[in-house]
Amino acid sequence: MRISTLLYCFKKGIANIFRNIWFSLASVATTSACIFLFCLLFSVVSNIQYMVRQIGSEVGITVLFDEGTEEADILAMGVEIGQRSEVKELRYISAEEAWESFKEEYFTGYEELAEGFADDNPLADSASYEIYLNEIADQNEFVKYLESLDHVRRVNYSNAAVEGFSTFNKALGLLSAVIIGVLLAVSVFLISNTISVAAAFRRQESQIMRLIGATNMMIRAPFLVEGIVIGVIGALIPLVGIYVLYTRASVFLMEKFRMMAGILEFQPIAELFPQMIAVALTLGVGIGFVGSFFTIRKYLKV
Amino acid sequence: MIEIQNVSKRYEEGNRALQNINITIDDGEFVFIMGKSGAGKSTLLKLLIKEAEPTEGRLIVNDMDLQKMPRRYVPKYRRKLGMVFQDFRLLKDRNVFENVAFALRIVGASSRTIRESVPQTLKLVGLSAKYKYLPQQLSGGEQQRVAIARALINRPEVLLADEPTGNLDRGNAIEIMKLLEEINAQGTTVVVITHSHEIVEMMGKRVITLDHGRVVSDEKKVDEHS
Repeated sequence: MRISTLLYCFKKGIANIFRNIWFSLASVATTSACIFLFCLLFSVVSNIQYMVRQIGSEVGITVLFDEGTEEADILAMGVEIGQRSEVKELRYISAEEAWESFKEEYFTGYEELAEGFADDNPLADSASYEIYLNEIADQNEFVKYLESLDHVRRVNYSNAAVEGFSTFNKALGLLSAVIIGVLLAVSVFLISNTISVAAAFRRQESQIMRLIGATNMMIRAPFLVEGIVIGVIGALIPLVGIYVLYTRASVFLMEKFRMMAGILEFQPIAELFPQMIAVALTLGVGIGFVGSFFTIRKYLKV
Repeated sequence: MIEIQNVSKRYEEGNRALQNINITIDDGEFVFIMGKSGAGKSTLLKLLIKEAEPTEGRLIVNDMDLQKMPRRYVPKYRRKLGMVFQDFRLLKDRNVFENVAFALRIVGASSRTIRESVPQTLKLVGLSAKYKYLPQQLSGGEQQRVAIARALINRPEVLLADEPTGNLDRGNAIEIMKLLEEINAQGTTVVVITHSHEIVEMMGKRVITLDHGRVVSDEKKVDEHS
């Protein structure tokens, strides 16, 4: 198709939107509602994943070794563990450091009681590694790996927080998929309806075009443009809405629940938004294309 | 050249619209195809513009065998034909200029070509002054002139006109026929489907008469106005 024909089809597509303005507005509104909900759920799911990552990076795994294991062996194992791709951070806590930390926690103010252990570290066999993973989802596998190593006496880790979040995340993901699926179907149906009305209005024109030598693509292109433009507008409106809502809501929630501020942190909008724009626009274009392409094939047999 | 060889057309309901038709139309000829309603004139036109396929036989237009023509080539083929209809088939929401330009836009002509060609063709059909008018602001004869201009703008080798004077009064019908004759004089093959004996007698051209799907006569009339 030549550029001039392409431009003509584009202009006709835009003109069609205005010709059936009420149908077009209804389609834009439904698509917007669908994509708005999608973006909302996208933000929630993305934030939960972000928070899980945050928690994951703060919940460490502690590895303790068998009594009598030489420090050199422990350090050698540390090198091996540290080379694993799952490991984000690995910290060695020697028996002395462990005792110092214990004293600080339990004997502050009663230092004389700790003096009795001055030359006999009660935590002599408590050298350990504190490990932080890149992805908390890898925790279970990684714990199994650690437990399989020689000289490992015990591996301490927390599962409750991670599993709670993961289950919630999965449930939310499933619910989102169902809601978005229904809304997508409604949006496609409404765009399809708008396009079929446009096709009926322009049936005569399409017939004339066909008789004087227009290709199928030339006849269909304006309808595709119409559907895709409706889809794109339907995506841009909720993106603007979500941007405003998200920035305000994250500030509001953080102020309202200050106690949460240290534990949970919202994903920065600069990190969330580029992905959301890409997904929402793809969705808008997709809804518009599917809604118009199949309708025009059905109603405008050319 | 148009060659129609042993062409028959049966519709699914069983009625035979055309039966063993053989017609040859030379380049630059002006031919009338006559017949009553149901004689098979419209079916023949549909076959020529490849809107329908014959049940039997071959149609060759300008050395192109229509049966062997791939579907994707049909739009290109139709651009080489000019089509004029009884009901004009103009776009009511577009003015005269845009209606004529429409055929050029379809072939992807540049804006410059459109700006140059449309006024020339409108001048040929005598509508230069009315290029801004909408179809409903024109008389029937003028609307048919717009349709002819649209059919001519891509310089077709063959012009097919289906009852072009069917909706016009006598005066306008004569004007349109004169215009078609002028177009023919410039080398375009013109095929006119009509049921008007008066027009046919007046023009004095070759007349092929169909009846119940068969060719019942093929003769050259005496040109009354020459």
